[in-house]
Amino acid sequence: MPLPDGAFFTTETGAAQAVPDDASQYTALMRHRLLRLAGAMLVMLALTVTDILTGPAMLSLFDVLTGLFSPAQADAMTRVIVLDIRLPMSVMAILVGMSLGTAGVHMQTILGNPLASPYTLGFSAAAGFGAALAILTGVTLPVFPWLTIPLAAFVMCVLAAALVFSFSRMRAMRPEVMVLAGIATLFLFQSAQSLVQYLAAPEVLQAIVFWLFGSLLKASWNNVPIVAIVFALTSLAVLPNLWQLTALRLGDARAAAVGVDVSGLRIKLFALVALLTAGAVAFVGTIGFVGLVAPHIARMLVGEDQRFLLPMAALMGAIIMTGASVASKLISPGGVIPIGIVTALIGVPFLFFLILRGQRRHW
Amino acid sequence: MSLQIKHLTVAYGQNTILRALEDHWPEGRITALIGCNGAGKSTFLQALSGLIPMQGEAALSGRKLSPEERRQMIAYMPQDTSAHSSLTVLEVVLLGRLNSLGLNLPKGLANEALEALDAFGLSSLQTRQLDEISGGQRQLVFLAQALFRQPRVLLLDEPTAALDLRHQLLVLERLRLIARKTGTIIGMAMHDLNLAAQYSDHVLGLGGGGKIASGAPREVLNPETLRTMYGIEAQVTQIAGGPLQILPLRAV
Repeated sequence: MPLPDGAFFTTETGAAQAVPDDASQYTALMRHRLLRLAGAMLVMLALTVTDILTGPAMLSLFDVLTGLFSPAQADAMTRVIVLDIRLPMSVMAILVGMSLGTAGVHMQTILGNPLASPYTLGFSAAAGFGAALAILTGVTLPVFPWLTIPLAAFVMCVLAAALVFSFSRMRAMRPEVMVLAGIATLFLFQSAQSLVQYLAAPEVLQAIVFWLFGSLLKASWNNVPIVAIVFALTSLAVLPNLWQLTALRLGDARAAAVGVDVSGLRIKLFALVALLTAGAVAFVGTIGFVGLVAPHIARMLVGEDQRFLLPMAALMGAIIMTGASVASKLISPGGVIPIGIVTALIGVPFLFFLILRGQRRHW
Repeated sequence: MSLQIKHLTVAYGQNTILRALEDHWPEGRITALIGCNGAGKSTFLQALSGLIPMQGEAALSGRKLSPEERRQMIAYMPQDTSAHSSLTVLEVVLLGRLNSLGLNLPKGLANEALEALDAFGLSSLQTRQLDEISGGQRQLVFLAQALFRQPRVLLLDEPTAALDLRHQLLVLERLRLIARKTGTIIGMAMHDLNLAAQYSDHVLGLGGGGKIASGAPREVLNPETLRTMYGIEAQVTQIAGGPLQILPLRAV
């Protein structure tokens, strides 16, 4: 009855395959993934430095470095440009990229759909409507007036999430119901947004359209910490679920069979995506593409294990955002094109390159 | 140690799928679960493993198991092998012990997962992606995952459906060996009655939302029961103490 070793599969040629006696191949793969993460981190840092160096003020490398590391010796103008304009914009680019990249992975995982992104469920359209409504009505908060538009965007984003959630909950959070409810919400808020634009006077319309483009010019030391805190808290919240999310990629039935509470996990991740998207979009406006593509690039580089996939998607999101930020300043010297316009222009060639280069399936 | 199933009932609202099932599965033995399509075999396995709600009880050596205990002690392998994922084969096996996994893998766990793969001759595929291997190999990977959980009870939904004849025999022999050596109670839904006759120690036949027959293969796999269960006429023979041979003749 006992089987001789190697009695199972043989290769196509019929010869027995070399059988490793430990998981060394797997360990080597893990090391390889860590190296890729470190590489991505270096690219992100290099792009961030480049981002801080570029800008319409034409500061020299020396000026920038003095402003960054020895601000007391820099002149007041340089100090303000480097520390209060460029640095918060660069940090915001990183944070928004990381938030959207992470939210994209979550969405694609819980919906089991490669086309899902933080925007699939209408969250950003809702944020846009909230912001447009605040701009149109001109209301301001009695305290922290700078927070009015972001707060309106944030609240509307959370409301959209609540709408999709209540609908999906009635059907056990099934992915296809979530997608349908989300797309309906997306169209609802897009129509509402168009209505607001239609009603707005030309100068108000201009402000609304500029907000909707998505721009890092809105970044400041007031709002950067808020986005950072939302990203940090949501990242901590997902740490205990990394392997469960990995298991979800095998499908609901198999994930449940190994002990995942599939519906509970969807609810939790749904809430985290709503917060991440609201946090990112509220302060910089609608930035598409990053949340859709960063997860795919990350998956091609480190596979499906969420211990590597999530940080890699965050890094890829930050790289696309920072790269787009540099490009937006170089395309029109002396001005800054809103980054929401540039992200796809930068990201698409990179994605095509990876698709053509890769031999393996990644979804 | 044995698994006693008492009054197991599964209902969705007014619709009762399984009614008051009773059976007794011995330690270290294989039970074949047979019945026509829609007889409730998969529902029965899912209910036993705590994945869908049920009434009644499942007891191990006389002790009633809570749904949580059932989820921990009973491993269930779903039937579908079409999972399209770029997860590596070793990662899929590791997921079998979800609760032991953290940011860092516990020392030696990857090697243990490799041993589970080795039981089905798949250790050389450890870093291959799930969607790069054949359907049959995928089925074996999921079997390795279920075994890696080291369950007291292993429930398999058509575990040899995607395999060629040679591998069907190899897998069933390996499962019988594992049951005998470790005392694991194995239950598997099967459509091939000849394989059920050859490899099971106990057969439970389902039909019409309940139990039609249960017992040793020669007690259950007879022309009368097969007619009731499947609506077929079959010839059942046994030559010189060998396994039963079932020849389906016609539908009635």
